[in-house]
Amino acid sequence: MNEINWFLVLGLALGAYTCKVVGLVVVGARTLPRVVDRCLILIPAALISALIVKDTLSVGQDLVLDARALGVGAATFAAWRRAPLVLVIVIGAAVTALARALGTA
Amino acid sequence: MVVAAAEAVGRMLASSFGHGVSILTAVATREFHLDPEIRPVVSASLTLGAVVGVFGIVFGVGAVSAGGSVLQACAMSLLVFTGASQFTAVSVIDGGGTTGSAMSSAMLLAARNGVYGLTMARHLDGSLARRLIAAQLTIDESTAMATAQSDRRSRSTAFWITGLSVYVFWNLGTLVGAIAGSSIDPRTYGLDAAFPAGFVAMVAPHFSTRNGRAAGLLGGLICLVTIPFVPVGMSILCASAAVLVGVRNP
Repeated sequence: MNEINWFLVLGLALGAYTCKVVGLVVVGARTLPRVVDRCLILIPAALISALIVKDTLSVGQDLVLDARALGVGAATFAAWRRAPLVLVIVIGAAVTALARALGTA
Repeated sequence: MVVAAAEAVGRMLASSFGHGVSILTAVATREFHLDPEIRPVVSASLTLGAVVGVFGIVFGVGAVSAGGSVLQACAMSLLVFTGASQFTAVSVIDGGGTTGSAMSSAMLLAARNGVYGLTMARHLDGSLARRLIAAQLTIDESTAMATAQSDRRSRSTAFWITGLSVYVFWNLGTLVGAIAGSSIDPRTYGLDAAFPAGFVAMVAPHFSTRNGRAAGLLGGLICLVTIPFVPVGMSILCASAAVLVGVRNP
């Protein structure tokens, strides 16, 4: 049976930090053609939307529809109504917890 | 009906939790001489930090039960500092996987921080040392919070406050979890939905432009379609292709 070991901890530390430095310090600091700039500015929109889909609708490689979808749906409604971020987060968690409790009751 | 009731409960919880956060916010804005306009950002990043802290506890417990020492669990959170990768590495090892497979799945998730760096580079300045520290804090939460702001100064402030708050809470949580060893299930409190909920609010400003909307919708769609077919983490990277909508004129 495998265990967490120092090779994994330090290897991952080095790998993860390398990714961060390459993006932010090495490549990111250069002046790039305007068309590339126009694309890079869209990264948060694309990746954060993808993250929302992954965190809401999947477990591992399986697509699932569960209580989280209701919670994130309610949070989306709150965000659309321009509720502050803290409230959006609390609504998302509370609706999910409630739906889960009702579902298992 | 359920949604209305939950919204009422949510508002109640938010107001009591908000009270705690607002005290901390007041202290932070005074101590760090921050512009009062940045207060909502400070309170939001402290809230995110607190949620991350709970997951830090869960991670600490998981790392120790997968055979890691308290020191190894803490070193991982201090040095790797990218939650999704750390959880993946631990769960691969716990499921009987090899060190190599744990490392490669974790790296697929860590790679997106490099992509975030490409965007954050334009919003942050300062010496090389400062940027090397910023690199360690370039993660989902700090990037999302920073790019949701409307001017350069708030973007930089939001990045640092969120990054540092998440760093502190994530590491404290890991330490507590690794030592205490018995976990609470964040799912009971719906905390697994707290991150996507927060990200919804943070991505909203990006949807105000035509290109932003197109990239967001396409990115979500690419992720959804690829999830069943590619290793965990790869679907997020695939979604980067959506930025190509920027090739046409804004």
